[in-house]
Amino acid sequence: MEWLIQILNSVQYGLLLFLVASGLTLIFGIMGVINLAHGSFYMIGAYLAFTLSSLTGSLWVAIPLGIVLAAALGLVLEWALISRLYRRDHLYQVLLTFGLILIFEELRSIIVGDDVHSVAIPAALAASLPLTETLSYPVYRLFISAVCLALAGLMYVTIQKTRFGMMIRAAASNPEMATSLGLDIRWIHALVFAAGVALAAFAGMIAAPVSSVFPGMGNQVLIVCFVIVVIGGIGSLKGALIAALLIGFADTFGKVLLPDYASIAVYLLMAIVLLFRPLGLFGRA
Amino acid sequence: MPTRCYHRSADKIKTSEEKQMTDRRQFIQQAGLLASAAAIGGLTPTIARAQNAKIRVGMMLPYTGTFAALGTAITQGFNLAVEENGGMLGGRAIEYFTVDDESEPSKATDNANKLVQRDKVDVLLGTVHSGVVMAMVKVARDNGTLLIIPNAGANAATGGQCAPNIFRTSFSNWQPAHPMGKVMYDKGHRKVVTLTWKYGAGEESIESFKEAFTKAGGSITKEMYLPFPNVEFQPFITEIASLKPDAVFVFFAGGGAVKFTKDYAAAGLKDKIPLYGSGFLTDGTLEAQGASAQGLLTTLHYGDGIENPKNKQFRYNYGKKYGIQADVYAVQGYDAALLLHGGLNAVKGSFGDKKALYGALEKVKIDSPRGPWTMSKAHNPIQDIYLRRVEGNANQVIGIAWKALEDPARGCKMSAA
Repeated sequence: MEWLIQILNSVQYGLLLFLVASGLTLIFGIMGVINLAHGSFYMIGAYLAFTLSSLTGSLWVAIPLGIVLAAALGLVLEWALISRLYRRDHLYQVLLTFGLILIFEELRSIIVGDDVHSVAIPAALAASLPLTETLSYPVYRLFISAVCLALAGLMYVTIQKTRFGMMIRAAASNPEMATSLGLDIRWIHALVFAAGVALAAFAGMIAAPVSSVFPGMGNQVLIVCFVIVVIGGIGSLKGALIAALLIGFADTFGKVLLPDYASIAVYLLMAIVLLFRPLGLFGRA
Repeated sequence: MPTRCYHRSADKIKTSEEKQMTDRRQFIQQAGLLASAAAIGGLTPTIARAQNAKIRVGMMLPYTGTFAALGTAITQGFNLAVEENGGMLGGRAIEYFTVDDESEPSKATDNANKLVQRDKVDVLLGTVHSGVVMAMVKVARDNGTLLIIPNAGANAATGGQCAPNIFRTSFSNWQPAHPMGKVMYDKGHRKVVTLTWKYGAGEESIESFKEAFTKAGGSITKEMYLPFPNVEFQPFITEIASLKPDAVFVFFAGGGAVKFTKDYAAAGLKDKIPLYGSGFLTDGTLEAQGASAQGLLTTLHYGDGIENPKNKQFRYNYGKKYGIQADVYAVQGYDAALLLHGGLNAVKGSFGDKKALYGALEKVKIDSPRGPWTMSKAHNPIQDIYLRRVEGNANQVIGIAWKALEDPARGCKMSAA
């Protein structure tokens, strides 16, 4: 029974990681931008959930509001800063987005302060399911997993089955050709970046009730997200999903079975994958 | 604790360097004037001049990053004590030199050296992060500068690396966790699981708890660690539920502490397997922890509701001046100033005779808001550790878990100062 619960823990953690990493892999794969500030967007989401839910009294109101705000922030950033980097070397992107991390952390410190906060789990989902005589599983965690799965499906359908998805894929694989066929690449880039920011912020918002809200929370997530993107193959959503689940398993069972080496379990997994598939599981040259 | 590699202090340093250049220019002009004055009027005795000069205090604390709130509280506590002494310590006014250490060990040696060698501070005050403080200890040992540690608990600072010029006004990691071993045994717990981050403060706390608990007769079912500062606790909570120990002892702080108590309660374990911790589990985080922390027992050298006049006055003055409640970090900063004041008073405010000064610092009896305490031979507080219970938003003191607890100062070989 304990193993089944640990598998549940792995899947649940993996799905949440996928939600954050999906935005990163989209921005990286479609626009070719290395976005170090992605963790900051996760943090911004969590703080938005905290601020907006204390203002409005409900997480259900806070989340849609937060998504709109985060997407707007994404559009402004893309227009003002990111759009100037498409033709530049990755180094410039790293430099700029690292600068953004510093700015967002400092703004967070000035506006909300450095204290730890928490967001209440909505009453409808506050229950726990008894699994064994001592252990129960919070319903909210299962809810997060369901939402992550639903979003993964939605993203897949949007990108693979819709006309807009076709444009995104075209813009990603051959921007010049897509432009000459009349696609407005700039607009597509802006929308993809905004969607990436909104996804990270949404992950932060939905995770806030279980993860609590604290300074530096984005940086912890950022590194593991990059690991997921690299394992899954840059730009591949399917890869990100599988990689995130693998990381969930490696992290959970690393902690249980090899506690002394738990901190390297995730990186060991990355090293092994890259040894056999240097471009990641679903990466294309 | 999480460290960040931000470089905000770089521009601060630059501006202070620019300032120093103008200072230097002024100094040369003034020195010229002084020299001609001296040629005419003869020099005033150098010793008298040194004692009228301001004490140069180097504050090396985190003002950004995860520990920013702690650095600020320590500074405010220190300033409050200085203000209560009419802006002076040991009869001398103070000049501050401030560096944001960002809780960044990789920059710690440079930062400490800047204060010691460039600013020529008389006393170095800092810091919160144990990794950073060990670099400061090294610098203090190399240069013989007086170092007062107002928080970081690394055992080695007053253990293997102890020195005549290094004093601590907070605690060693060994101290707050140790009494809990006895408390939990007395509550009837025999088999206990421990959990913490795999890093200095966590490991030293668990080690100390284990020492006391096994000595009392209990046994540790399993010691569990997770990488620092990872907060994905679910696998451990599942394991605790299947091991079914009598109780659980943890060391966490800050965001991790909040997430852990919430996860523990959400898994339904709080009422089935009692949770205990070192006091940092519930300090400064109660509002965020809410119901998940109610009733938890922790041990620390400070708490809410300590009934002594000093504490009452301190909390009132602190609240009035800064508009927030004083916490344990403010007390530690306050005591650092009291220590310096007491020591300097005994040697008429002079840093000239180091041996006399350190001897005086060793003998100061600190009338602290946490209750009076004295310095151990290794320069760490001999202090009462309180047993506290979380009630609402307070860590209510319900008793003294260990009276006048002294750190064993393992590995400290210090010839009398």
